[in-house]
Amino acid sequence: MGFGFLMDPTFRLVATGSALIGAVGGVLGTFALLRRQSLLGDAMSHAALPGIVLAFLLTGSRDLPLLLVGASLSAWLGALLVVLITHRSRIRPDAALGLVLSVFFGIGMALLTVAQRRPTAAQAGLERFLFGQAAVMLPQDVEGIARTAALIFLLIFLFWKEFKVLAFDPAFAAAMGLPVMALDILLTTLTVLAIALGLQAVGVVLTSAVLVAPAAAARQWTNRLERMVILAGGLGALSGVLGTLLSTWIGRLPTGPVIALCASGIALFSLLFAPRRGLAWTVKSPGGKRRAGPSG
Amino acid sequence: MLAPQVEIMLVAALAGAACALPGVFLFLRRMSLVGDAISHAILFGIVAAFLIVRDLRSPWLMIGAAGTGVLTAVAVDALRRTGRVKEDAALGLVFPALFSLGVVGIARGVGNIHLDLDAVLLGELAFAPFDRLIWGGWDLGPRGAWVMGGLLILNLILILTLYKEFMLSSFDPDLAAISGFPPAVLHNLLMGMTALTVVAAFDVVGVVLVVAMLVVPAATAALLTDRLAPMLGLSVLLGLLMALGGYGLAYALDLSIAGSMATVGGILFALAFLGAPAHGLIAQARQAARRRERLAQQMLVIHLLSHEGTEAEREENCIRTLPAHLRWDPAFAERVIDRAERAGWVVREGDLLRVTEAGRQAAQEILGANGGAPSHPPS
Repeated sequence: MGFGFLMDPTFRLVATGSALIGAVGGVLGTFALLRRQSLLGDAMSHAALPGIVLAFLLTGSRDLPLLLVGASLSAWLGALLVVLITHRSRIRPDAALGLVLSVFFGIGMALLTVAQRRPTAAQAGLERFLFGQAAVMLPQDVEGIARTAALIFLLIFLFWKEFKVLAFDPAFAAAMGLPVMALDILLTTLTVLAIALGLQAVGVVLTSAVLVAPAAAARQWTNRLERMVILAGGLGALSGVLGTLLSTWIGRLPTGPVIALCASGIALFSLLFAPRRGLAWTVKSPGGKRRAGPSG
Repeated sequence: MLAPQVEIMLVAALAGAACALPGVFLFLRRMSLVGDAISHAILFGIVAAFLIVRDLRSPWLMIGAAGTGVLTAVAVDALRRTGRVKEDAALGLVFPALFSLGVVGIARGVGNIHLDLDAVLLGELAFAPFDRLIWGGWDLGPRGAWVMGGLLILNLILILTLYKEFMLSSFDPDLAAISGFPPAVLHNLLMGMTALTVVAAFDVVGVVLVVAMLVVPAATAALLTDRLAPMLGLSVLLGLLMALGGYGLAYALDLSIAGSMATVGGILFALAFLGAPAHGLIAQARQAARRRERLAQQMLVIHLLSHEGTEAEREENCIRTLPAHLRWDPAFAERVIDRAERAGWVVREGDLLRVTEAGRQAAQEILGANGGAPSHPPS
């Protein structure tokens, strides 16, 4: 098979969109990883479903930006409920995430049956969010993704110091007089935006891969947040491009899962072979001594 | 043969009850999301097994799925123990990878054979009555009912035989280890039980509902009771309620059955979250209000005593001026004085409030017990 597709505008469009989504996921995933909220992304992406369907039911429109607003609102509500449940009851985060994830998704499924009764519902438009369909990205979609990504990067740049303290030591951040609550809400909102973008490309189930894997990979290569964020963004973008490339090249492969697999592969490689922390080095180091890498 | 509706309800109820049991232990061990991870990861096992045996009805598919389920739990645990990533990230790395492999396997290898991803994820309970167990020419009912019923019995037997061991290792793993119950064995047993439950149930009700049935009844039961045996019982009951109530909702409004069941689960949890007798939000607010009032009563008595017999007594201990002196809202002050009067701590003498002997004793207890600071009553 030839490589002519590399010049193909559709391919370039999808690759650009996937790269942006991967970059955004990697950058925000870094904060999620350090704050031990890796699975919040999973819960939020599932929680987006009722919002998507409801947006469609209320407006009858299948415009992507509109559906993504619905997705963001309900993902945000889901995140809020996780916080409420963990703070105001004995339910711990794991169960709270599981609750929000399954109940919201269930509500979304129930609403989906209502939506499918509408004569206007080309249901593919809604169900593409389940598994994502990077391959059907339109120029205006990619434009929207680029704008959102630029906004997210700008905000992270502006609030860099604040987010950094929040990620490593929220108690210290509070003691410094930072508005921890507001910052937390801002960071969560940015994560919700990243997830809303990720939904289009890789779908509900795999959005968490785009958030977790690049960040976990980057963590193995560096101890510094600046480098980790940039590296995670780069590895996320690489997963996006590589995934699009492989799925086009091999053919008959859904782009979303291949992107997720590329990200997972990069994470696995990093876990094994990153300098100092790589697991491959701990099995046998030159002196025959077992050497434990730094944890965390 | 039963009516299809009854059969669907039977299958769903059995699934709800069967999932509710391991769900409690997953909840107690903070592993609720392991069920989620396993239920997604098993797609890989099913697809891999299918690509080898090329038969959708082969038992190897289920064996592959169960194997992948256990593998997921083991891989997450191993990854966490390397210290390179935390547990949440370990989960978030393993299951999407296996799930994607499964999806890619379907896209590449399955070709013309229909392995419907939507059905795997979302499940279709409505089809349960069509999949029948036929034995020796006899129609024994929906296969799902037998599978879920068998699973329920298996889970029950496991939990009843190892009840003490599970209880101890869930609440106090160290003590369990000292007492000679190897925590690793019980952990693996629970993982095996979860994997088996997920594999058996997802085929019938879909991944999403399996996750809901593992997490929601257990978490709701934990809001209603502190003790393990009632928690297990309540969890099963809530699993049944979720299944039957959900079917009712789906039937009435013509909605997705699995979606409605998860929705009803959410409603049940929300009710418990608000109204649970000891742990609900309403009960918490009431307790807080009671504490505030009790504290106010104590403050009142101490205030009255500190001005008793002084020149300012007329001014300070007067019912009309009290709210201003204690910086209380008049209505609140009225209520506090009423309660204190009923408790026999104070009596009215015209406009003046006087502390009774009982009130004096109470104040002494508060001051004596806490070196001067008003005490929080036991609640």
